[in-house]
Amino acid sequence: MFDFSVVTKWIDNLFNRVMPEWLSVTIECVLVAAALLVAYLVLAMVYIMYERWVCAWIQCRRGPLRVGPWGSLQIFADVLKMLIKEIVRLWNTDKFLFWLAPFFVVVASVITFACLPWGKGMQVIDFNIGVFFITAISSLGVLGILLAGWSSNSKYTLIGAMRSGAQMVSYELSVGISILTIVCLAGTMSITGIVEAQENGWFIFTGHIPAIIAFVIYMIAANAETNRGPFDLPEAEHELTAGYHSEYSGLHFGYFYLAEYLNLFIVSGIASLLFLGGWMPLHISGWDSFNAVMDFIPPTLWFLGKALFMSFVFIWARWSFPRVRIDQLLALEWRYLMPIGLFNLVLMAVIVSFGWHF
Amino acid sequence: MANIQEQISKICRSAQFDESGEFLLVTVPDENWHATARALKEDLGFDYLTALVGVDWKDSMGCVYYLTNSQTQEIIHVKVTTANREKPLLHSVSDVWAVANYQEREVYDFFGITFINHPDMRRFFLRNDWVGYPLRKDYDADPNLNPVPHDDEQNEDETFSLVESENGELKRVDKKVFADDEYVINVGPQHPSTHGVMRYRASLEGEVVKKVDVVSGYIHRGIEKLCEGLMYPQTLLYTERMDYMSAFMNRHALCLCIEKALGIEVPHRAELIRMMMDELMRISSHLLSYGCLTMDQGATTAFFYGFRERELIYDIFDRTCGARMSMSYDTIGGVVADVHPDFVKDVRNLCDVVEDKLKEYHKLFTGNVIAVNRMKGVGLLSKEDAINYAVTGPTGRASGVHCDVRKTHPYSLYDEVEFDEIILNGGDSMDRYMVRMKEIEQSIKILRQCCDMMDKEEGNEYCATVPKMIKLPAGHWYQQVEASRGAFGVYLESDGDPKPFQKPYRMHFQSPCFNLVGIVDLTCKDNLIADLITITASIDYVIPDIDR
Repeated sequence: MFDFSVVTKWIDNLFNRVMPEWLSVTIECVLVAAALLVAYLVLAMVYIMYERWVCAWIQCRRGPLRVGPWGSLQIFADVLKMLIKEIVRLWNTDKFLFWLAPFFVVVASVITFACLPWGKGMQVIDFNIGVFFITAISSLGVLGILLAGWSSNSKYTLIGAMRSGAQMVSYELSVGISILTIVCLAGTMSITGIVEAQENGWFIFTGHIPAIIAFVIYMIAANAETNRGPFDLPEAEHELTAGYHSEYSGLHFGYFYLAEYLNLFIVSGIASLLFLGGWMPLHISGWDSFNAVMDFIPPTLWFLGKALFMSFVFIWARWSFPRVRIDQLLALEWRYLMPIGLFNLVLMAVIVSFGWHF
Repeated sequence: MANIQEQISKICRSAQFDESGEFLLVTVPDENWHATARALKEDLGFDYLTALVGVDWKDSMGCVYYLTNSQTQEIIHVKVTTANREKPLLHSVSDVWAVANYQEREVYDFFGITFINHPDMRRFFLRNDWVGYPLRKDYDADPNLNPVPHDDEQNEDETFSLVESENGELKRVDKKVFADDEYVINVGPQHPSTHGVMRYRASLEGEVVKKVDVVSGYIHRGIEKLCEGLMYPQTLLYTERMDYMSAFMNRHALCLCIEKALGIEVPHRAELIRMMMDELMRISSHLLSYGCLTMDQGATTAFFYGFRERELIYDIFDRTCGARMSMSYDTIGGVVADVHPDFVKDVRNLCDVVEDKLKEYHKLFTGNVIAVNRMKGVGLLSKEDAINYAVTGPTGRASGVHCDVRKTHPYSLYDEVEFDEIILNGGDSMDRYMVRMKEIEQSIKILRQCCDMMDKEEGNEYCATVPKMIKLPAGHWYQQVEASRGAFGVYLESDGDPKPFQKPYRMHFQSPCFNLVGIVDLTCKDNLIADLITITASIDYVIPDIDR
């Protein structure tokens, strides 16, 4: 398999030969940041269109089709609209926090995004506690949402913020526990380590029942984490109009919007890294020629394809299910998902320690 | 009848009876009215306040109460008047029939009649600072009196009641709707789930709704007032603009009422066409209701599914009436034109399609565990409350009330077709939803029978001969039909004006949604905000029908 670190090392050596080390590190940092931001924005645009098309298909509609061929330029029109819209300044809000909130949300999502490896060696930095870092940093987002709801000084946004506080803090536990289950199976917290442990079979196949349970719990909890239907209570369009971001307009609203779609990619990406082998191709033991063909597909495509597939599942759920109620939402987490997740973790530990997994 | 008269006379000696009209008319003086009302409800079983109509007879003002016995379906009406125009007072019956609470506020709004012992005497539709009472015959419509306001309504939280003490003294008690320390949120007037410009003020404790105050009138057009300035054929079009989802039924009701007053026999074919249109409308309305209910709970896709089949119904309307909404098809004496040649074929096709797609709806939404949890046991409405609040239509039937006008007082050709009245007993949002879904099946059943009748139909007369100039004799009439959301009633009073271009003296539309909105506070209390949305969606009112 192609190792992308060859490329990065070559660039690094090239820079080091012609300039002092501090300068090369600075330039590399800027380059990486630029590449990440571009990827972030492009993905956001792809995702917005992706969701619109999938949703249209589910709803027997044709989706956007006026702007450009098959509506492909619609997203540029949307972005342009978002950029030139007025940012409405409100009276009686806590101005500093009101301005700060969207940045919290978007920064948390960008940092988490930066931690995802897209292929072998194709990541910013390979932490030995990568998974831990991702869970830590992704929970910053809830702070932004709470701030947004609080500082808007509106009754609707406050209810939305309180809901999201309760929801995201609760569901983070289930996400954490299901990730821990996989860490237990892989024996490492490094994301590259976890993916490489899946070289001979994805964890969802090799991890026995606990891996499947962890996967299901992760899917439900991650859906709630991203505030998407059926868990879109913080926004709950039909109850709270737009929940925590009711009072935001223009680009500020755009940040929330952006973060929401990228969070969808992030949770799908994590799902594919942890359960579906990340950039590892699909191998079926015994089918050698099939495996060889699969190896030809570049690892980045594997990763993206899996992430897009997982996103499809999330979108599918969003457009099919009604929204749960706040008490049902919390009951689902604290009465079902968390106890099952904890039990599952113990089960996984037993399986791993006796070596019963494949 | 004689028995009722005897019993009423026992309670109120001075009651006068008049049997000349379609229903027994009892005239009761105001001082005996409250006791009589209580006896009518408790002893004689008239537990259903079908309509409450305020009328200004110039020499006196007062109300006409149409009462139905929910067991025997017998209807009587009671007239209570006051001669005092300066400070008209009547006794409130809102403690006898809960539905009278809002109805009396409407009368207060339009006639300025203050109801003694009414708990919350505020205007219902107009602003508090409105000058004059529009439906009085001496109302001054000078626009300078009521200029278009540019400021917010003041003191919307203040209300009063006129309390009568033991010895008959009246005392005004000022009240506030909400206490100062309550966390009150506005749901509406612009809100995604109020289905129009409706406003609730909900007092919350955490997420739990403690009280809901209905603020109505944002889309009030004064249709009843407008009708008083139009000739009968002209008034027809306003009916379609009330509940636009039961446009045909509303228009049907007014046509029936005028035909009843004129004594016109409508051709069989015309009635058949009207009935088919009514049922098509009902299916379309219930499909919309399915869509809105699901969408309000976040299942957006189901909304589009409902709309997909509704489109077919609108195509049928379009082909026959030339319009998709506000069809203006029924007319006095029949319908304006014969149906499109493919009408029967289209309807048969529609029946097959909808029947098939119903399975899909159930698969997508009804069985869904989230949907069931959101609707089961939410917004309970007991049978007693349903009768007390005069809730009709699918909402009433979900609470176990036998209230389908098509069965209780058959009109049109409903006694010639076979169908079941869907009655469920749960009284929760799930049952209200299920009643609608099952009613779609019944409507399909009716439509199929109608299609067969259409095939056998020999006459092709679609409209009776009606005088060019419609003049009604003096009198008053009341006609009910089963609209999509419940019993829709038309009260029509004519002064028998011999001049050409006769106009109605008083026209009142008893809309089902007006009663439905009365139970919002009752059913939402101690539920969550999310339930408020579910409940209001399952009650399924249409705002223009409330406001008229």
